[in-house]
Amino acid sequence: MKVYASVLKLRLLIGMQYRSAALAGVATQFFWGFISIMVFEAFYEFTAVTPPISLKELITYIWLQQAFLAFIMLWFRDNELFDLITSGNIAYELCRPTDLYGFWFAKLLAQRLSSALLRCYPILLVAFFLPKPYNMTLPPNVITFILFVITLLLGLLLLVAISMFLYISVFVTLSPMGSLLIFGVLGEFFAGLIIPIPLMPLWLQKIAYVLPFRWTADFPFRVYSGHIAQSDAIIGVFIQLGYLLGLLWLGKLALNSVLKRVVVQGG
Amino acid sequence: MIKLDSITKSFKVAKRSTGLLQATKALFYREHTIVEALNDISFTINPGEIVGYIGPNGAGKSTTIKIMSGILVPDGGKCSIMGFTPWKNRVEYVKNIGVVFGQRSQLWWDVPVIDSFELLKDIYNVPTQEYKKTLDLLIETLELKDIINSPVRQLSLGQRMRCEIAASLIHNPQILFLDEPTIGLDAVSKIAVRQFIKTINQEKGVTVVLTTHDMNDIEALANRVILIGKGSLLYDGKLEELRKRFGTHKTITADYRKNTISIDIPGTTILHWTPEHAVLSIDTEQILTSDVITQLSNKVDLIDVTIESQPIEDIIVQLYKEFKI
Repeated sequence: MKVYASVLKLRLLIGMQYRSAALAGVATQFFWGFISIMVFEAFYEFTAVTPPISLKELITYIWLQQAFLAFIMLWFRDNELFDLITSGNIAYELCRPTDLYGFWFAKLLAQRLSSALLRCYPILLVAFFLPKPYNMTLPPNVITFILFVITLLLGLLLLVAISMFLYISVFVTLSPMGSLLIFGVLGEFFAGLIIPIPLMPLWLQKIAYVLPFRWTADFPFRVYSGHIAQSDAIIGVFIQLGYLLGLLWLGKLALNSVLKRVVVQGG
Repeated sequence: MIKLDSITKSFKVAKRSTGLLQATKALFYREHTIVEALNDISFTINPGEIVGYIGPNGAGKSTTIKIMSGILVPDGGKCSIMGFTPWKNRVEYVKNIGVVFGQRSQLWWDVPVIDSFELLKDIYNVPTQEYKKTLDLLIETLELKDIINSPVRQLSLGQRMRCEIAASLIHNPQILFLDEPTIGLDAVSKIAVRQFIKTINQEKGVTVVLTTHDMNDIEALANRVILIGKGSLLYDGKLEELRKRFGTHKTITADYRKNTISIDIPGTTILHWTPEHAVLSIDTEQILTSDVITQLSNKVDLIDVTIESQPIEDIIVQLYKEFKI
């Protein structure tokens, strides 16, 4: 456990070294958040039917999405790990008395945590004090908020477990671009990051509900706004746990099998 | 301590000739050749030894190091290091070894060196007290005091390499594998690194296996050399033996008062001659050096004489030639 804590510490240190990157990130996310909200606002104004998610819930959804971008985006990657694999520096990682899966999981988790910790506060803070209708609202009650925190953290673990497959695939392909694109586009779409899942056509919703991606973003955000009822949220937590355990097991299996075949080339 | 028993390893290498046509063809069908990286390598290394592992480029030195550090799985053969099979009990085993790959880096690029050390301390679960003691020793002997608080990206190669070596020793390993630790270093850094390796070997009894192309490293450090070429073990023994067996030539440079008579001495060849200066090569198997000097002083009025052994570099070149590697 100590190892994982100190990886997190080191990551935070690195993150804090790049303050301007964090600031720039915050600015981009505000810009992006406003654009999305305005687009949806325009759609909502001219809709004839009652939309499946209210504009207020949607706006909260979008701000949460922007604030916790580092928790939910698959393209948010650790280039260092890719470099380790493609440059052969992984030789050193293999000389460490730690389980590689756990160590990398900790690294990735730490990177996302440190990045989100630096960026989420300013976004959330400002989003609360924005003029209506652009402002973010508090969750309906305390229990909902607790459920949100649990589902968000589980979602984060789930996302890291999914992203591990990205890194494992690089052992085979030696270039991260292909897997990044495929994982990134499909994963983001089915996590409801481009169109919130309630706004998708029914047949697409069905697909999204089967895949693990929505449990990382769509689910916790809708728990927050109360769009998903508390009883459903509790069931959802168990589904998240199930997915998490399954993916961890598969990931470990996959990593061990590629490691057996890995050859560090060159002198 | 370290025992390798007929280790073999071969790699499958994809091959194609140059040109667009060949490249297109390779999309559908790739030719592979099997490269024998290691062929029946066996040796034993005792605790506290410093062993120089030498051979030309592509001989299989790094492959051996990788197998011994548990990164590569050999195709055949047995390897037992401190009772572990490196690639089988990886996690248990690697606690006991330190590895430096001269061409790779283990330090975190963006943060001060000391932060990387702290992380390694936690990875290896080193007690704080012990860590402090080791760190002090490392800082002192590798002269890290001024650089330990700078980010790695700002360090020069020599400074970085000293930190890399320190990083591999944070957990006080009993065996240290050094794969080209002096590559790209200037003379001062090289000497610092050598001195340090000697110190930890003598004071802590660390067993060291080092590969290098710099024969001065070997001369300064290793009392035993293992030579491999094209994946086969060619020589395993003392450096002195190697010198005796292959370094049978010495060079004499003589200055004398102007003299035009021939200084032809049996058992020597004249490499260079002027009326006041001559360079002779002696075959010590045919004639003793002292005899040459006596004969020289009989013939000419000597002013100054220097005797040089054959440089180890030359011996190695000769060796590589002899073994056709």
